[in-house]
Amino acid sequence: MGELVISNVDKIYRPRRKAPVHAVQSLSLTVKPGEITALLGSSGCGKTSTLRMIAGFEDVSHGTISLDGRDIHTLAPSARGVAMAFEAYSLYPPLTIAENMAFALKAAKLSTAESDAKVKAMAEMLEISDILNKYPTSVSGGQQQRAGLGRALVRKAGLYLLDEPMGQLEPQLRAILRGRIKHYLREHKCTTILVTHDQTEANALADRIAVMEGGILQQYATPAELKLRPANLFTGTFIGEPPMNVFNAGVRTDGKTVSFAIDGGVTLDYPANELSAPVSNLLSKQQRVAIGIRPHALHLGKGPIKGKVVSCQWLGDQTHVAVEVAGRTIVSVAQERVSQKTGSDIELNVAAGDLHLFDAASGGALAHGGDLA
Amino acid sequence: MDHSSTFEKALRSALITLVLIFFLFPILWIFLMSLQTNETILRIPPSILFEPNLDNYRALITGKLQTTAGNLDIAFMRNLWNSVLLSTFSVALSLLLGVPAAYAFARFKFRLGEDIAFTLLSFRFAPPLLVLLPLSLYFKTLGLTNTYIGLIWVYQLICLPLILWIVRGYFEDISPDIEHAYRIAGNSWWKTFTRVAIPLARPGIAAAGLLAFIFAWNNFVFALILASADKQPVTVGALAFVTASGIQYGQIAAAIVLSVTPTLALALYAQRYLVEGLSMGAVKG
Repeated sequence: MGELVISNVDKIYRPRRKAPVHAVQSLSLTVKPGEITALLGSSGCGKTSTLRMIAGFEDVSHGTISLDGRDIHTLAPSARGVAMAFEAYSLYPPLTIAENMAFALKAAKLSTAESDAKVKAMAEMLEISDILNKYPTSVSGGQQQRAGLGRALVRKAGLYLLDEPMGQLEPQLRAILRGRIKHYLREHKCTTILVTHDQTEANALADRIAVMEGGILQQYATPAELKLRPANLFTGTFIGEPPMNVFNAGVRTDGKTVSFAIDGGVTLDYPANELSAPVSNLLSKQQRVAIGIRPHALHLGKGPIKGKVVSCQWLGDQTHVAVEVAGRTIVSVAQERVSQKTGSDIELNVAAGDLHLFDAASGGALAHGGDLA
Repeated sequence: MDHSSTFEKALRSALITLVLIFFLFPILWIFLMSLQTNETILRIPPSILFEPNLDNYRALITGKLQTTAGNLDIAFMRNLWNSVLLSTFSVALSLLLGVPAAYAFARFKFRLGEDIAFTLLSFRFAPPLLVLLPLSLYFKTLGLTNTYIGLIWVYQLICLPLILWIVRGYFEDISPDIEHAYRIAGNSWWKTFTRVAIPLARPGIAAAGLLAFIFAWNNFVFALILASADKQPVTVGALAFVTASGIQYGQIAAAIVLSVTPTLALALYAQRYLVEGLSMGAVKG
């Protein structure tokens, strides 16, 4: 229920006889009370290091972390008032699942009846009631993971840290539990940080997502905003499935038309009024840009983008068409069933309002859908 | 599932039997010797047929050794007691020092950590005779010669590195997150160490303790040089059977049987826990 403020935090690992690793670089992040934030990124992006610094298992090399206005980065883990679910479950082997889930309650001096009731309710929510009296080594990975998650959620804490909490679950169960867990976190106003590399999970659970790469926070925004207005080329290509198509292009504006000359021969022309005046203005000063086009915005049918079909897959609810254009392969997604022979010629078009424009050198966003970024 | 053929099974049994005979026969022979007199032991050709008697054991336990040259007092029971005392306290002290140290080496990276750990290990491969000379001089100056404390101290050279390195490996195998989970639930570092880390490493601690006990028990040179008769363990005490009138093979054999018994009993007792602990797979991630 507390507010978590991470300000200017660095994590530098200094392995013996090896170059130091700057795992997290001047990270600043505020998680509002009761908010669910997802740290999203590929492995090695610094998300787990961040989580472990908040929990107190790693020292903060530089910067401060405070919870509810209290600096916690120098406290022992036990004094931080933080609950955590571990990626590797980390259940205590000599105790049963129920005892594992209850041990924080015991440390908090809850009565046996109270703690039993809490554990029982939590086990029902996570569908592990049937294994409460079993030992961790005798149940499946998915069950252990749910027990570990239950152990974290069952206790009262100022902050909940969930490290890949559903990685081992079957897809169906995952979908059901996502809903239940989100409801539970909302109902109990739990301030939560969730670490995941799964976009779907981040989108489904989190209020805001912090995208990290190379130890640097790329963007911290709502799932919708991340998709519609990526702050840079990395977030643009990282968020969304299949990933955004990116072209490098030269820009020319003559007042009436804006032309993008994509490397390899394709040119996209748009009437200047389809882009807002500030964007046209900005583009007139720009030599080169990176153009990002979401596969869903790339439509089959008459258009300036000409190429050859590489593959065409109907997935049951949408078709993914891979097309070779100007020496590279791009992907278009159509909602209807499309049959295209491999090797056949195809044309694609994209509306000016669906273009994401990024600075060619820095990768920073310039414009989204005809408006300035 | 067993895919091996009958022939393979038979071959395997035969080989195992061969190995067992090779290793166990000397023990059987010693046991048989301990029930015979010197005359029957030394007769040619040797035979396994003899009239067993317990004279050797009687002599050892009462401390009166009868030889053709006359009666001799031996302090075998005292030596046995010394062995128990020295080994037990050495291992206890080593566990007390070594287990927390092993935990520190396994969990925390600190300056010179690896170097310190390696230095401790190097005590194991330094020849004891090399350190004995300076050690005996120091011990004289410090007044530690022929004291239990002095011997227990020197025995740390045997026990401590062993316990440290074996237990360290066990601690390293335990996922630190199990301890983290316990700590974050509101428990102190010390409580986590005693309630989580030690119980999980118990099979390793038991194995290391047992090994250290056996090594301490079998030590010969340290006690030979640094202690006199009343503080010496059985290994040194056995020298008393080499008498002016000959070697008392019967008594030596009986002494071996008696001195092996405590370690054997301990090993059999601890084995149950070792197997239990290892087969539980308790320390799997």
